[in-house]
Amino acid sequence: MALEITFSDKTFENKKRNPEEFSEIALEIRRDIIKSLYLAKSGHSGGTLGTSDIFSVLFFGGVMKYNPNDPEWKERDRFVLSAGHLCPVLYSTLARAGYFSTEELYRLRKYGSRLQGHPGYDMKLPGIESSTGSLGQGVSIAVGMAMSDKLVDKNNRKIFALTGDGEIEEGTVWEAAMAAANYKLDNFCWILDNNDCQIDGRVRDVMSIYPIAQKFEAFGFDVINIDGHNYSEIIKAFEKFKSNHESKIGKPTAIIARTIMGKGVSFMEDNYIWHGNPPNEEQAKIALHDLK
Amino acid sequence: MSEIKLLGKKPTRHGFGEGLVMLGERYDNVIVLGGDITGSVMTSYFKERFPERFFSIGVAEQNATTIAAGFALSGKIAFFASYSAFSAFRNADQLRISVAYNDINVKIGGGHAGITVGPDGATHQALEEIAFVRTLPNMTLVVPCDYLEAKKATIAIGEKFGPCFIRFGRSAVPMFTTDETPFEIGKANELRDGKDVAIVACGLMVWEALLAAEELSKKGINARVINNSSIKPIDVETLVNAARDCGCIVTAEEHQVHGGLGGAVAEVTAKNYPVPIEFVGVRDKFGCSGEPEELMVKFGLTWKEIYASALKAIERRDKGFRGLRQVKDVEDYKE
Repeated sequence: MALEITFSDKTFENKKRNPEEFSEIALEIRRDIIKSLYLAKSGHSGGTLGTSDIFSVLFFGGVMKYNPNDPEWKERDRFVLSAGHLCPVLYSTLARAGYFSTEELYRLRKYGSRLQGHPGYDMKLPGIESSTGSLGQGVSIAVGMAMSDKLVDKNNRKIFALTGDGEIEEGTVWEAAMAAANYKLDNFCWILDNNDCQIDGRVRDVMSIYPIAQKFEAFGFDVINIDGHNYSEIIKAFEKFKSNHESKIGKPTAIIARTIMGKGVSFMEDNYIWHGNPPNEEQAKIALHDLK
Repeated sequence: MSEIKLLGKKPTRHGFGEGLVMLGERYDNVIVLGGDITGSVMTSYFKERFPERFFSIGVAEQNATTIAAGFALSGKIAFFASYSAFSAFRNADQLRISVAYNDINVKIGGGHAGITVGPDGATHQALEEIAFVRTLPNMTLVVPCDYLEAKKATIAIGEKFGPCFIRFGRSAVPMFTTDETPFEIGKANELRDGKDVAIVACGLMVWEALLAAEELSKKGINARVINNSSIKPIDVETLVNAARDCGCIVTAEEHQVHGGLGGAVAEVTAKNYPVPIEFVGVRDKFGCSGEPEELMVKFGLTWKEIYASALKAIERRDKGFRGLRQVKDVEDYKE
């Protein structure tokens, strides 16, 4: 039987939740990812599924302040997806937050779609704060935003950026880390998706970036290590960042989230070949069966 | 030269530094990032005047460029300046994606550009960045000819929305434009009228072009001299008029002969009104240490090369430039 794809128009509220409430949201996002990548016939399955739990808490757990009806709201917190290839998880999250219709998820990576293969600022897709996709640049842009907020506008916004772990092989991320600590950016939260997978293999085999936590500590970050699939730990980490921000700790925060690439889909889990591949019809069927 | 007079000498970087201060006075949202060499590229003026809007990023041009993008995405007009060798190439990917593709208010200063940075040698003599920067979509690129034009151009790029790049030099160069000399992004400025050959120049080569025109006039050749400081957007109308009126062109720039101003002029004329063009610039070579004047002679960046090229261009025009002469040029080129 041919696979028929439909996206519900369900949206979720951004509010404080108990940990168990996030599984429903993350499941919806993971199903969106499989469906949109299957329709796109290209794209990155592994890291998007692996970060779905983090996105669920960040956008629907009252962590970030934002208003989907006013994407340019001056008081909003901002999120920059430095690992631009993970955009399917961000697109689903933004649609489920109400930034735009879930109808657009049908056209990921298609000609004329605002859902570009890597986020394009020129598309004016609500919720996208910058073009990203050349690895390492987004996190540095986020540092610039945090500097602008803290040092010039002196407001209370929070700036978040998410990088992959292969991404921190790019030397410029350490320039960004250096500047974030130098300017005591306690309004800046760096989320690191540590699944130990990149296109060519295990990160430790391609080019080891370990130990990670000690590097960020040495640069001057408040480092929080968590299981990136444990909602209680994710919530706590963001709460710690919030308190760092409110108490003006004078340091940026790094949340190092140990995740499993392809989390939730049996045959994709912890297998780096799923870094940059979409599911075919048979695989999408199995994946959607797993994600129930 | 009837109206144009030498008014002294001053580096274009001073114009940049003073222009930044004027922008800072006019607009609260102008910020400047430093890349350690603020006293060289004269962002030090802004730093002294507006310390609360100046941020040192250290020797990290890639980071400075993307941080500037972050500021621009937060409503600022963000300037970053370094040596052109580093603020156009070290950060090339950042310029392409975070600045040009985002199409935001990041302004890059490329200082100490060209061969005339002198004793520092080839590593610091940027001779290729006009070619790179002008291919980036959304980008504006200006190469002012003297101190005062550098000041006007700095203010103009600050007031124009979008990504901009300004290229300027280290050494003191002739000042000859005045408050009355027009400057507008997208417009070339005809400094001298003539119908025998058009000399299109930018940067310090504009002065050399004026000197060459003066010498040519002694032979009864009336050269039109065009200051083409706005490389992108380029003034198609002025260039096509020059091609039509003069029938041949010489371009002159402190840059490789490939892909720079000469390339831009060739693109415009080839499409609209093809005429023979001779290119004065550095001929596919790296520079070396030396005093600016010595290097300008060694690398063929004086009025004499422009003069000789003008004669050659006129000859090609008169003989019909599709002949053997062109093949011989290729041989010349190999040196």
